[in-house]
Amino acid sequence: MTESGTQPLYQPRIRIYPRSVKGRFRTIKWAILGLAYGVYFLLPWLRWERNVGPDQAVLFDIVQRKFYLFGLVAHAQDLFWLAGFLMIAALLLFFVTGIAGRVFCGYFCFQTLWTDLYLLIERMVQGDRVARIRLDKSPLGANKLLRKAGTHLLWLLVAFATGLTFTLYWGDAPTLVVQWFTGSAPFPAYATTLFLTATTYVMAGLAREQVCTYMCPYARFQSVMFDADTRIVAYDVARGEGSAGRHKVTRSLKSRRQREQRGVGDCIDCGYCVQVCPTGIDIRDGLQVQCISCALCIDACDTIMGSLGWPRGLISYTSERQAQGDISRIWKPRTLAYGAVLIAAIGALVWSVSHQAPLEMSVVQVRQPLFVRLSDGRIQNSYELHLANKTDQPLQLAVMMRGLAGAELDIGQLASLQLAAQHSVRVMARVRWESGHRVKGARSFSFDIVPQRRQEIGMISAPATFFVPGSEH
Amino acid sequence: MSEEKSKAQGAVQTTGHSWDGDLQEFNNPLPNWWLWAFYATVLFALIYWILYPAWPVAGTFTKGVLNTITFVDSDGNEKTTHWNTRSLLLQELQEGSAAVRSQEYLDRITAASYTEILADADMMAFTRSMANGIFGDNCAPCHGAGGAGVTGLFPNLADDDWLWGGSVEEIEETISNGHYGFMPAFKDTFTEQQLDDVASYVLSLSGHAADASAVARGEQIFQTSEGGCYYCHTAAGTGLRSQGAANLTDQIWTIANVAETASAGEKQAAVKRVIANGVERKMPGWSGRLTPTQIKLLTVYVHELGGGQ
Repeated sequence: MTESGTQPLYQPRIRIYPRSVKGRFRTIKWAILGLAYGVYFLLPWLRWERNVGPDQAVLFDIVQRKFYLFGLVAHAQDLFWLAGFLMIAALLLFFVTGIAGRVFCGYFCFQTLWTDLYLLIERMVQGDRVARIRLDKSPLGANKLLRKAGTHLLWLLVAFATGLTFTLYWGDAPTLVVQWFTGSAPFPAYATTLFLTATTYVMAGLAREQVCTYMCPYARFQSVMFDADTRIVAYDVARGEGSAGRHKVTRSLKSRRQREQRGVGDCIDCGYCVQVCPTGIDIRDGLQVQCISCALCIDACDTIMGSLGWPRGLISYTSERQAQGDISRIWKPRTLAYGAVLIAAIGALVWSVSHQAPLEMSVVQVRQPLFVRLSDGRIQNSYELHLANKTDQPLQLAVMMRGLAGAELDIGQLASLQLAAQHSVRVMARVRWESGHRVKGARSFSFDIVPQRRQEIGMISAPATFFVPGSEH
Repeated sequence: MSEEKSKAQGAVQTTGHSWDGDLQEFNNPLPNWWLWAFYATVLFALIYWILYPAWPVAGTFTKGVLNTITFVDSDGNEKTTHWNTRSLLLQELQEGSAAVRSQEYLDRITAASYTEILADADMMAFTRSMANGIFGDNCAPCHGAGGAGVTGLFPNLADDDWLWGGSVEEIEETISNGHYGFMPAFKDTFTEQQLDDVASYVLSLSGHAADASAVARGEQIFQTSEGGCYYCHTAAGTGLRSQGAANLTDQIWTIANVAETASAGEKQAAVKRVIANGVERKMPGWSGRLTPTQIKLLTVYVHELGGGQ
């Protein structure tokens, strides 16, 4: 065995029993959790009247490749919006992390939100920290079995609701729910639901803080955005430890004055901050990679300090610079740079979404054959026009061309080009031109699509080239 | 030494064996999650063996139980068999959502008249994508993937000249029953001089410059029973569709490569070669191989290639 063999390959997990706490940050976190769950669980049920398409406010229709977001309909070719949105999300994360540290982790991350809910269930069924520890140590009996099974059952229910809700975003929610429970839903609906049920249960119920510590890439690369000015949850070492370290409250160390005289700090070593920590760390050891900045230790310490009548803030949001007595900056080059890029990205996305073309056309030239000589000596080139009507009204279209003097455009026997709402079609267009003695080569021209009777939608054009094979004479 | 070792071992367990006093064996058991995941895959395999075709047994194989698949075979009979991916593919080709939508369109095409199809952008778009495959499988070997044909061998379907007619009815007739295009060889009938004269006349019909006296002599042969060319190509030289006889007055040349040659001498020689050697071309009929709907799709497709008539 090598040297590494003398160490355990896996660090054994030390089970964490986070204790409940009340306070400012806990209240904010509950509010965010309520809001996030409200949006997530109710959004698929929000109805939205549309002339064409489903009456569901948010629906991602993969089969039709149409993505409905309230008044907006995104098509497959708008996929770069998603890329833009993800970039904005990433930049926002960088921006916020640079200023305020791991705010996303502590307040908004679904791992944190679902773990909070699972802990709440655990607490309701099994009791708070001490009761849970006692229950885990007790031999298996009816009470333990019932409480444990009840917890897992409720966890699974929440996991299932989570998975099913996610699935409902991809189909008509009322129909899909009925189909799901009658066994007539498509296979992906079951697979998605069960997969997310399993992952929710495993991640929020079993893995918990290990997801943040070992699995999450964000947790790791957020440290890159940290600097001396970044807000972190920190323990005021000078105040807490004094010169003689922390000490429990004893008869002779009761008041702050008594402690000050003996050089003992304000930390009474009650351990509450450690007990409430969902990742099982001791914040008094300093900034650690496991810390998700959930601020529950602040609430815990403030509760104790408050009950002692001592000033709060022994553990608080601060920054490295502030902890050293300086004033921390918010507007530093890093923030400004992230901010500038963020605003640019948001601006670009908003502009792109608001300028979505109501009508789109692309032209593909038929290349086999590239040209055909006609009986009257003219040259014919063929093109396939791909027309997409993105409005919710049918459009009457006229196809025209521009840029080749005397050329004839033929779209066959299509009486009129009627394009249904939210519909696209491919039309074969043939262009015939008297090449005469013109030189061999490609000529540029454009196809124009003019919506009839809809003045507000302007003409759209697409470039094309006409190939002349050279004169035969 | 042994004391140091046991300190360094820390949390690592040993198997409990001990040889030569201090020789021990570390025990690093697999993590439980890994172990249970492994057991789960074993369990999965066992269930899979029961439900699906799995083990080869003496020339055959275990078929799996409680798991059958029903599909319609190529003869139109409903067939139920043990689950297998080939049948699954057949089933999906018949019952998959894309297959069902495709069938809806095909039913519309079958029911619609040519006039209706040609005037409907959606049906035309469907026809183009569906018939493109049928054309590629059946027609492209001769006519080329885009229908451009091969000069001298196979007609160009993308131009506006139709040997056997360019209306949808005529195209359908051509595809269904095929055609036999024939022009006799004149090399044994005509002298070299006569062949040259007729070639000159033919070129003059489409506006090519040619020697006036040769044209006059050629016209004499063409328009009288001496050559008899006008029987099929008509006196005006515009061809006869019932015979598949080419229109000689237009700029399209399917056999003699006139359009792509530069000098007058080469054009003359090309036409002369055709007159001397004749033409014999056969297109097979497809009514036996393709369904009426497939022929209908092809008809519309070919009609659209050249702009139709």
